Amino acid sequence: MPPPEHVHWWFATGLLLLGLCMLARAIVGADVWDRRRWRRYLWPGLLFALGIALWPVTVFFTSSTMHTIAHAVWAQVTMLAGAVGLALAAGKLRHPLWSLTMPLALAVSGAAFLVHEQNGWLFSRSAFVHHMSGWVLLGSSLVALALPFRPRSAALAAALGLTFVVLAVVLYADRDVAPVFGHLSPEAGVPHR
Amino acid sequence: MSTQVATKAESRSRARRSTRALAVLAIGPATVLAGFIWAMLQPYRITLLDPAGQGFWWLVSEPPLYVIAAGLFFHLVIAPGVVADSEEGGESR
Repeated sequence: MPPPEHVHWWFATGLLLLGLCMLARAIVGADVWDRRRWRRYLWPGLLFALGIALWPVTVFFTSSTMHTIAHAVWAQVTMLAGAVGLALAAGKLRHPLWSLTMPLALAVSGAAFLVHEQNGWLFSRSAFVHHMSGWVLLGSSLVALALPFRPRSAALAAALGLTFVVLAVVLYADRDVAPVFGHLSPEAGVPHR
Repeated sequence: MSTQVATKAESRSRARRSTRALAVLAIGPATVLAGFIWAMLQPYRITLLDPAGQGFWWLVSEPPLYVIAAGLFFHLVIAPGVVADSEEGGESR
């Protein structure tokens, strides 16, 4: 089994790509981005794939019941947001309020991050990353919540894309046992570089 | 000898890339640069540079290289089509 920090780095790469795509979409506008069919499905497809990838995490990383439940719920809402995005892109769904599945997914993901981290912010870098990711996701859910009501706002769309980039940076910084701002609880274990 | 050499002059608006196109074209290189700077600052994050004693997962996981790969993928696969469509639409912003 890979160490948890490696899994975080793999998800960071997926989130980085997702963020870059959403940023480019915000820059050129949805009309231009959606001009090619494959591109229309790119970001919701990526989100759906990230949701699927959360299932092996759910199955294999069962350090506590809280971890298992958090990962499972997280996988479900991520897949839901991705699937709705795909259906909206295909024209199978039309009502703009379906886009509210995105803020739902972000809010639940943020809550999942916060709930399954039992230690305080400065316990270790891993704990810090979980708290930071949770609050970034909860903040981004507010941005995503505003988007269906201001769908042509490039600033909101860019902010959402940048959120995923920030999240990727935070996840890349994760180490299983490492100090954060000079703090590391002796209960965290032996640090490694 | 023929002196009738005609070249197709592109219009100024076409020849000059729009700000949006330039912004999209900058995303990939900026990401690659970020990954490169990270690799310079923390070379130990690339275990391939010193593979002795590293296990399989540590040799697979090379975060700075992931960032560089993501930037390259975006620049080579996604950005060209986005820029072409953006300029086709006659955007000037």
